[in-house]
Amino acid sequence: MGKLVLEGISKRFGAVEVLKTVDLDVADGEFIVIVGPSGCGKSTLLRIIAGLSDQSTGKVLIGGQDVSSLPPSKRGIAMVFQSYALYPHLTVEGNLTLGLKQARTAASLIAERVAEAVRILALEPFLKRRPGELSGGQRQRVAIGRAIVRHPEVFLFDEPLSNLDAALRNQVRAEIADLHRRLGATMVYVTHDQVEAMTLADRIIVMNGGIVQQIGTPSDLYRRPANAFVATFIGSPGMNMVPGVAAGGVLTLAGSGRLPCTAAANGAVTAGIRPNGFEVLPAGSDGLAGTLIGSEYLGAESFLRVRLTDGTVVTVHEHPDHGWLIDQPVTLRLRPGNLHLFDAESGLRIAEGPDAAPQPVAARVA
Amino acid sequence: MTQTIARRFQISTLAAHLVLIGFTLLALAPTLLVVMNSFKPRKEIFGAPLALPSFETITLIGYDTVLKRGDILHYFQNSLIVTVCALFFIILFGAMAAFALSEYRFPGNRLIGLFLVMGIMVPIRLGTVGILKMMVSLGLANTLFALILVYTAQGLPMAVFVMSEFMRQVSDDLKNAARVDGLSEYTILFRLVLPVVRPAIATIAVFTMVPIWNDLWFPLVLAPGESTRTMTLGAQSFIGQFITDWNAVLAALTLAIVPMLILYLMFSRQLIRGITAGAVK
Repeated sequence: MGKLVLEGISKRFGAVEVLKTVDLDVADGEFIVIVGPSGCGKSTLLRIIAGLSDQSTGKVLIGGQDVSSLPPSKRGIAMVFQSYALYPHLTVEGNLTLGLKQARTAASLIAERVAEAVRILALEPFLKRRPGELSGGQRQRVAIGRAIVRHPEVFLFDEPLSNLDAALRNQVRAEIADLHRRLGATMVYVTHDQVEAMTLADRIIVMNGGIVQQIGTPSDLYRRPANAFVATFIGSPGMNMVPGVAAGGVLTLAGSGRLPCTAAANGAVTAGIRPNGFEVLPAGSDGLAGTLIGSEYLGAESFLRVRLTDGTVVTVHEHPDHGWLIDQPVTLRLRPGNLHLFDAESGLRIAEGPDAAPQPVAARVA
Repeated sequence: MTQTIARRFQISTLAAHLVLIGFTLLALAPTLLVVMNSFKPRKEIFGAPLALPSFETITLIGYDTVLKRGDILHYFQNSLIVTVCALFFIILFGAMAAFALSEYRFPGNRLIGLFLVMGIMVPIRLGTVGILKMMVSLGLANTLFALILVYTAQGLPMAVFVMSEFMRQVSDDLKNAARVDGLSEYTILFRLVLPVVRPAIATIAVFTMVPIWNDLWFPLVLAPGESTRTMTLGAQSFIGQFITDWNAVLAALTLAIVPMLILYLMFSRQLIRGITAGAVK
């Protein structure tokens, strides 16, 4: 029995189903990230876990106890909000102690918990200030402190970095990772940013349109995405999706290249190849024929945009000091083990097969 | 080029200012007349009504008459009790209703909101006969409580409407953080939400207290008795069937303006402070 268990949670507003059957088992001390585009239901799910919203069906169990009918303050959770939500009329100290005072905690215990949070988050210089006098990053630390003093069973984070500027975001993200290591607490974190998900999570839940797409470790999601949505959502720049046709163990891509693939694939498929799954060779070599239409230099690497014969544009990772020129015809060769096949209609992953052929692609004479 | 633009700018602002000043004078004129003439003897009021009281003609005989009556303080007290109590109930119940309507989803939410909005459209005086019958049967005729009840009913629809709009704008995250901390819904309303919607409360206070204070209708109908007479009703007593003591009437009315001015100044400072507080950061 995990620290946090969701059984058959679903939520509908009238006729609209916002969440479709979510089942989840979070182990003690695990950092779970719920990620997905806006409107996918992730915030709704977090609010249901917190008790701020009622689920239409299903149960929420925290620490083995069914908390489905308990108010948020009695569930053993603490929440950090996107807009910090600090009480504007109280000092930082007041903000940290209000929840504990409401629960009639002993004054000595309150002092102890506050001292601990202040020490962990370096809040000492701000204790007597009001939230209005603090910067965004400082406010967020106070909000995290307010959660820590509750000593919850589960920490809930609702897009806490979205209101911070880019530089601060990286810093606070690292602080949250450190915090998790220090406290060893169970944390559920909601974000739309897949970078946050990949860097912070022990396991990630990808959601879209209220449906759970895949649950797995960052590595699982990156190496074996369960469907086309997860494949394009995780990883930046996103995976290239190239239409193709598979028949009898051979995949014809973008009208030009031929590759061996699993015999299980048949008919219209979408081939997913990450930018670093391609190798760029001069035109005429074996592989996918295309024309270079753009190049982005990033210092440590560069990304090329290549238009294939059927018009599909793919992004290719390349050495920063490549010598390719715009409008130059090139050939793309697939590196072994980098082919993901998805059904063209349903988007589901097609079972693995021998696609990791080490030999170069041989063009078939028609 | 800049010269012409500057001049055109000046002319249009000059015209705007003239219109505004003109309107201000028009709006203030009756009040100015009342105040000016309350310091003049009777002959001067009819002799030169628009003239300022000069050094020779200035007199306090009107105020003398009014204050000698003795009960003026009593009328004043009644007006104050009715206005302050009605305002208190309007804001208290109005805030609670507005919070419920703006915060919670429940069947009938929209219908109740619509019902209250209808209260703004229908003038309460249309129901005077029914209200009088109700007060008599409740045994509340000739009590201040009857007036307080009626004015509360009169002011609630507008208060609920305005406050619910302001309350919708209070951050959801803040309320949810309070719920996670275990604060009750009442504490959330009175400690977190109300301070944020202070401009709305000040606005409602200003707009509801003046009609209540100045009202002649309901005190005359529901509480004309000597013990429950309000200021405005009291000023009427100087208007006799045959002879009207105009000094006294005007003096009484001038005195009636003063508390309103003080309350208005108090509330408007809150109003402005509330509006500008949110503007910075």
